[in-house]
Amino acid sequence: MAQTLRVNPINCTGHGVCAELLPELIHLDEWGYPVIDPRPVPPALGIETRRAVAACPALALRLIRQE
Amino acid sequence: MTTMTDPAGPAMTATAGPAPAGLPRLLPPVPGVPDDLRAHLTRHGRPPYRGGRGLLIHTVAEAGLTGRGGAAFPMHRKLAIVAAARGGRAVIVANGAESEPTSRKDALLLRVAPHLVLDGLQLAAEAIGATEAHLYVHQGTGSHLMRALSERHAAGVDWLGVTVTEAPPRFLAGQESALVNRLGGGPARPTFVPPRVWQRGLGGAPTLVQNVETLGHLALIARYGPRWFRELGTAEEPGTMLTTVHQPDGKTQVIEAEIGHPLRALLPSQADAQADAQTAAEVQAQAVLVGGFHGTWLGAAAAATLTLDNQALSRHDAALGAGVVAALPADRCGLAEAARVTRYLAAESAGQCGPCLNGLPAIAGALAELAGPGPRRAARQNAERWAGPENLVAGRGACGHPDGTVRFVRSALTVFAAEISLHEHGQCSATNRTPFLPLPAGLPTTEDDWT
Amino acid sequence: MSGTTAFWYASRATGIVALLLLTAVLVLGMLVNRQGRLPGLPRFAAGSLHRNISLLAVAFVAVHVLTAVLDTYVSIPVSAAVIPFASGYERFWLGLGAISFDLMLAMILTSLLRGRLNRTLWRAVHLLAYVSWPVALAHSIGSSRDLQHGWLLGLGIGCALTVAVATGWRLAHAARQVPRAARVATLLARHLPTAGSPHLRERISR
Repeated sequence: MAQTLRVNPINCTGHGVCAELLPELIHLDEWGYPVIDPRPVPPALGIETRRAVAACPALALRLIRQE
Repeated sequence: MTTMTDPAGPAMTATAGPAPAGLPRLLPPVPGVPDDLRAHLTRHGRPPYRGGRGLLIHTVAEAGLTGRGGAAFPMHRKLAIVAAARGGRAVIVANGAESEPTSRKDALLLRVAPHLVLDGLQLAAEAIGATEAHLYVHQGTGSHLMRALSERHAAGVDWLGVTVTEAPPRFLAGQESALVNRLGGGPARPTFVPPRVWQRGLGGAPTLVQNVETLGHLALIARYGPRWFRELGTAEEPGTMLTTVHQPDGKTQVIEAEIGHPLRALLPSQADAQADAQTAAEVQAQAVLVGGFHGTWLGAAAAATLTLDNQALSRHDAALGAGVVAALPADRCGLAEAARVTRYLAAESAGQCGPCLNGLPAIAGALAELAGPGPRRAARQNAERWAGPENLVAGRGACGHPDGTVRFVRSALTVFAAEISLHEHGQCSATNRTPFLPLPAGLPTTEDDWT
Repeated sequence: MSGTTAFWYASRATGIVALLLLTAVLVLGMLVNRQGRLPGLPRFAAGSLHRNISLLAVAFVAVHVLTAVLDTYVSIPVSAAVIPFASGYERFWLGLGAISFDLMLAMILTSLLRGRLNRTLWRAVHLLAYVSWPVALAHSIGSSRDLQHGWLLGLGIGCALTVAVATGWRLAHAARQVPRAARVATLLARHLPTAGSPHLRERISR
């Protein structure tokens, strides 16, 4: 069951917490907004990914289940 | 999912006239003379209602009608999804906002053939079992259409009442989620998807948004059948389309052409122009913009070989979009034009998403520098980086605005590369400083500008 | 007699600690909203501390209430913890405490269910923090004479000042912020100093 990580760019205000907690998949652009690896989340990073999603102050991250 | 198949072929209600042979189809036979309701009914007869939900969809599928608003999505698929949705409510919106400043076709169609569009609206509404119908139009055009609607109401032609709303003059006002946001009482700013509006739209109900030209074609297909529709156009992209052509001499025309028509046939031939050497530079095209401000610049030589269909255009990373073809005369500065348009596109950002809010003004700044004289290596590198394959701006917003802007900029940087080099040495090939592409005057600064 | 005194002391002590923790939670919440950073700590620290300290604060409030109920010197029903003005003893001041605690519970509950709730609803409930804290302070001052003199008075004033300054800073930022509709125009003006169309033409014609 593959999962992809997506950001809602309207809710995102560039706190940057996600990039700190999940640098393997997220880095910040020159304006402070997240650039997310579009490939499915590796299972080994599942816990860290969920933690990053929960930690976003703007609740802008979402884990999408792909069927 | 149970949609009933409808008997293939022309509708059962008799049409008053023969099927239009060749062109024009949407536009009236006498150019510029608007079809009033009586003339419309005499020529085409009453709208051929099918008598139930879903019955028209098979006909639309056979005809292969795709959206004429820019996305070219197969109409029957959208109709089927909304018709099959549960919940008892469905909304239909005829989108005539025409927010693209270079496009004039929807305005013309609504002026000279409003009843074709309104027929299409009623027929599509029947097909999806709509409970609510809207007509969303460019600012200032509402009253004429409300008169047409009351005429139809008096004649008993429409089965569903239509609410007319004028769109704010924003570039994004016609975007499908921005449109639904506006009709729901909010600002005309896009919202995050999923869900798409045809799943959950206005008031939470499945909402079908169709460009007015698409609905016009539907009204004809419902009467004359899919075989008639396919007599013109290509096998993959059947039918005709309305194009807004900006000629190099400054004239703007709306031309109805069959899909697959050669591009150069829309524009004056270069051979003719060369006959009069004095005016040659004014009427020769140096480059052609296809698809409007979210479209692609093509070199004049490449454009001369292309045809008006997405299959051919896609090989040059271009698409028909809303059917705009603008031929930039050779005596202008392509960089200056690109810089002006990019500034407009940046100003029209909804400002909701970081990469668009920050990236577009930065790109506009870089292009403005390149349009000026002198070496601007940093500006060139930045512009190429932001509009480049790393997707630093494109694909990172909630809507397609950054994507379309980047496509426009990237193609401009390619097509006008020679001009960039000239500017770096303090020169410019232009002899005419008059702006060519049309741009609206006011830029948004307050919340009211979005409603 | 010593048993009930122990409960009474425990209630007052945990109440004071809770007040300090809640002051920290409120200030940290404002810091997160302003995308501020605690010096020397990574970005996620402020939000993490805010959440963890809020849970700790609620734990202290729970002990504060429990010990007050268990203390037999005065009769406080356990329902007074959440039902305002249900206590016979110091009905009004303890009632304020219940109100503050109710709001805290609402904030914690909505935050735990954040992913499933409408964002506007979550934010509206969370803004009640600005009501919950002053009410808690009023409860602290009025319920016993502890904070009305001595170093505990100083403590109370210190907390009040901290919250006042932080709130002023937060409001000042909100007032200075460019309204959304003007943000693009502001950025564009920064990148295009000669922003008017005629000027753009002028620039090129040189």
